[in-house]
Amino acid sequence: MLAFIVRRLLLVIPSLAGLLVLTFFLIRVVPADPAAALAGENATPAQIAEIRRQYGLDQPLYKQFGVYLTQVARLDFGESAYSRRPVAVDIKQRLPATLELTIAALVFATLAGIPLGTLAAIYHNRWPDTLLRILSVGGVAIAAFWFAIELQLLFAMDLGWLPLRGRLSPGLTAPPVLTGFFLIDSLLAGRLDVFTDALRHLILPAFTLSLGGLATITRFTRAGVLETLQKDFVTYERAQGFPPRALIWKFVLRNSVVAAVTQIGLLFGSLIAGAVVVETIFDWPGIGFYTVQAILTADTKVMLAVTLLIGVIYAIVNILVDVVHGLIDPRLRDDG
Amino acid sequence: MLVLAKFAKDKPAVLGGLIVLMVVGIAILAPLLAPYPGDVSASHLLMRLKPPSWEHPFGTDNLGRDILSRVILGARGALMIALMVVGISMAIGVPLGLVAGYTHGWVSEAIMRVTDVFLAVPQLILALALAQLMGPSLQSAMLALTLTYWPFFTRIVYAETRRLSASLFIDALQCIGAGTLRILFGHILPNAISPIIVRATIGMGFTILVAAVLGFLGMGATPPDPDWGLAIAESRQYLPEAWWFSTFPGLAIFLTVLGFNLLGDGLRDIVDPRLRRSR
Amino acid sequence: MTAAPLLAVKNLRLSVRGDEGVARILDHVELALPRGEILGVVGESGCGKSTLARAVLGIFAKAATIESGEINFEGEDLLRLSDREMTRRVRGRRIGFIPQDPYLALNPVFKIGAQLLAALRWHAPPQLKGEAARRAELIGLLRRVQLPEPEATLERYPHQFSGGQRQRLMIAGALAARPALLIADEPTTALDVTTQLQILKLLKSLTQEYGIAMLFVTHDFGVVAQLCDATTVMYAGQTVETGPTAQLLADPRHPYTQALLACHPDRSQTLSGIPGQVPSPLAPPPGCRFTPRCRHAAEVCSRRPARLVRDAPAHFVSCRLADERQGVQHA
Repeated sequence: MLAFIVRRLLLVIPSLAGLLVLTFFLIRVVPADPAAALAGENATPAQIAEIRRQYGLDQPLYKQFGVYLTQVARLDFGESAYSRRPVAVDIKQRLPATLELTIAALVFATLAGIPLGTLAAIYHNRWPDTLLRILSVGGVAIAAFWFAIELQLLFAMDLGWLPLRGRLSPGLTAPPVLTGFFLIDSLLAGRLDVFTDALRHLILPAFTLSLGGLATITRFTRAGVLETLQKDFVTYERAQGFPPRALIWKFVLRNSVVAAVTQIGLLFGSLIAGAVVVETIFDWPGIGFYTVQAILTADTKVMLAVTLLIGVIYAIVNILVDVVHGLIDPRLRDDG
Repeated sequence: MLVLAKFAKDKPAVLGGLIVLMVVGIAILAPLLAPYPGDVSASHLLMRLKPPSWEHPFGTDNLGRDILSRVILGARGALMIALMVVGISMAIGVPLGLVAGYTHGWVSEAIMRVTDVFLAVPQLILALALAQLMGPSLQSAMLALTLTYWPFFTRIVYAETRRLSASLFIDALQCIGAGTLRILFGHILPNAISPIIVRATIGMGFTILVAAVLGFLGMGATPPDPDWGLAIAESRQYLPEAWWFSTFPGLAIFLTVLGFNLLGDGLRDIVDPRLRRSR
Repeated sequence: MTAAPLLAVKNLRLSVRGDEGVARILDHVELALPRGEILGVVGESGCGKSTLARAVLGIFAKAATIESGEINFEGEDLLRLSDREMTRRVRGRRIGFIPQDPYLALNPVFKIGAQLLAALRWHAPPQLKGEAARRAELIGLLRRVQLPEPEATLERYPHQFSGGQRQRLMIAGALAARPALLIADEPTTALDVTTQLQILKLLKSLTQEYGIAMLFVTHDFGVVAQLCDATTVMYAGQTVETGPTAQLLADPRHPYTQALLACHPDRSQTLSGIPGQVPSPLAPPPGCRFTPRCRHAAEVCSRRPARLVRDAPAHFVSCRLADERQGVQHA
């Protein structure tokens, strides 16, 4: 299993290298004069020249790339023009909020999507299947920013059941940081009131964020179950007198979720994109919100750091997916 | 004919097709259909934020403009953006995929690695960053969307080309001395056309969605465009009182994207019944 | 009359509705299997043998319809039982199943123990109470089917076994609930020749030891000759001949059986075949389905409904020649 993980780790190196080159080109080569961009609109030519020298922009490109690599390796992304703090510090502080949100969305999408997909397969081509198909296509078709606003309108403003925005009500202080996840930290601190409040704040954003994933996992589980039902071993299990319910929900399902788990890895991109929108609307103090601010204020340092961060998380998620595959399907472990 | 019969049996796909036809019809006839075609730029401050009524079935916005008219007029922009983006993406992505799939060597490798990198970065983020780098405007939004969408076509065409160029009939063509260009465009491309159409259909929906997000974040259409995403962004200040302000443009986005996705989904089912997914 | 057989299939007709029309897969299938005996069901591939084996277990394709017939087992008609009752009382409990391809028949993502013990949990005889007792029973069975290291076997996954070992696992699984009947669907086809022989010997000794009857589906007369007390021959969904194995092999009465035996490699010197093809079940010939390929075909054959006629003691044939020999008038 360890060799399996190491092999997967080696496979992501080329993609990460590609990402480094791409980001370097975006910040140093695409803008006509990066020094002028860094200096701002009102800078004098002398100031621009100073900045060019200071940032090594007068060096040949390959040297600049070398400097860039060492900076990335030291996690030194400079100071954010927007928050006036080191980018690395900002990210460290905000990452847990985004992770808590995306993980909650992913967990919900998985827990709901797998049973729904299985139901669709059981009712193959009958009305529950058709309905779920339209719903799951709809889940991908809905604009998250609009859906979030409509949810706010209904559940927060109109009915007043759930809070409108933020991670915690203004009166409460955040629990001491251990994991950075409010749900976990509050329990560790024994603050049940904080836990409930954090959970109530999490529901709407996490649900909005989960829609696309929910739809995708539903469809892939459905396809997987339908494919597995054709297999010889299912006939054999039926012939052995396995009750249909146990047959499907235990023996067929484990074979079928492999495709859905792969999707969870691929979903990550849309989850991050979704987090950008969802965090903006719910004032969720995470990376997505931060990224939008950075983009809107043309804060290239933050944009760069965030892009690299996303690339790294993407790679980690895909390795995790492979490992989960190995756990589900013993054949992959032995010969993969 | 068999394809049509199969398609007709697939009710969700037919529904999608009908929605798309309807949206396209509305977009073409927009100035005729809209009750107040002048409300693209006009403003009637006395009529601000009126709830839905007989004169204004979808209500009016913060400048007193008829939301129904603006939703109808917005269909044009949304479809135009999507058509341009998907069309140009195809024009870039398809030839690259053909070349990468048909040749072996560093050119093919380079094309596919670049494609992989583009596909690894979340599209919305990339599009946002590119749009910002180029200065926020509708043109840069479209360019950014195109730059992020072509890799999807490249990947599909690459896979199809690899599959087809290993097949016997291409071998036979090479043996009788058919030219590379003729093989690529005369024989491989027509065989790869169905997955391209499926991807383009789903891409239409997806592009409308991402363009709406860009509009919403202020990186796309600019006022007074009757853009759906922009309208939702403007509506936020007037919630919860003016619920109609955000609801109807959002429904328009949803319905349009749903139509394209259902249609693309049904087409995919016919082309490749094993997989059903969208995006 | 002797005592009622353990399993008796009477006039079974089954069709499957598909895109291209209705396929009449089974048309008049008859067979009878006394307790403790082995009945071979022989025919070319596509003649409906496997469909028959699954029909006895009540496992049909979704689009399948039973048009007529009975499947009597232990005194009740299985076709009248609901799927639920089949699961609860019959499958895996009174009837064990050994599949054709042991490579595909085990669920790849579960340990052997989880799969075999699950079946036992639902269908173990009442004296096996508790997980430990069932486990011990299963380990005994694995030892009995000559699998090495039975305890460790339970903790392994299917891909860690060879084909012969997997088929032994399937046999152990089928026997675990002490059924009265085993249905084996070409259980040795996917295995190599030496393994085939071992598996056949094992099946023979186990059925004798436990007094279990077996319905053995195969296309190979050689296997039938070694194993089966009686043999039924099927052609294109019709039972054409049935009788004690020795008698049927020595004196085949139906032209199809004769032709099939003539081209068996053990008997014929040259490679030969039967001219023509098995008819498509979408458009089967009327009457006896072998008519288009039969050397003895006559005009009456297309009108003669499939029906077994006693042509010799315990030997039944569905053919106009047998009708004429026995002086049977058909309707």
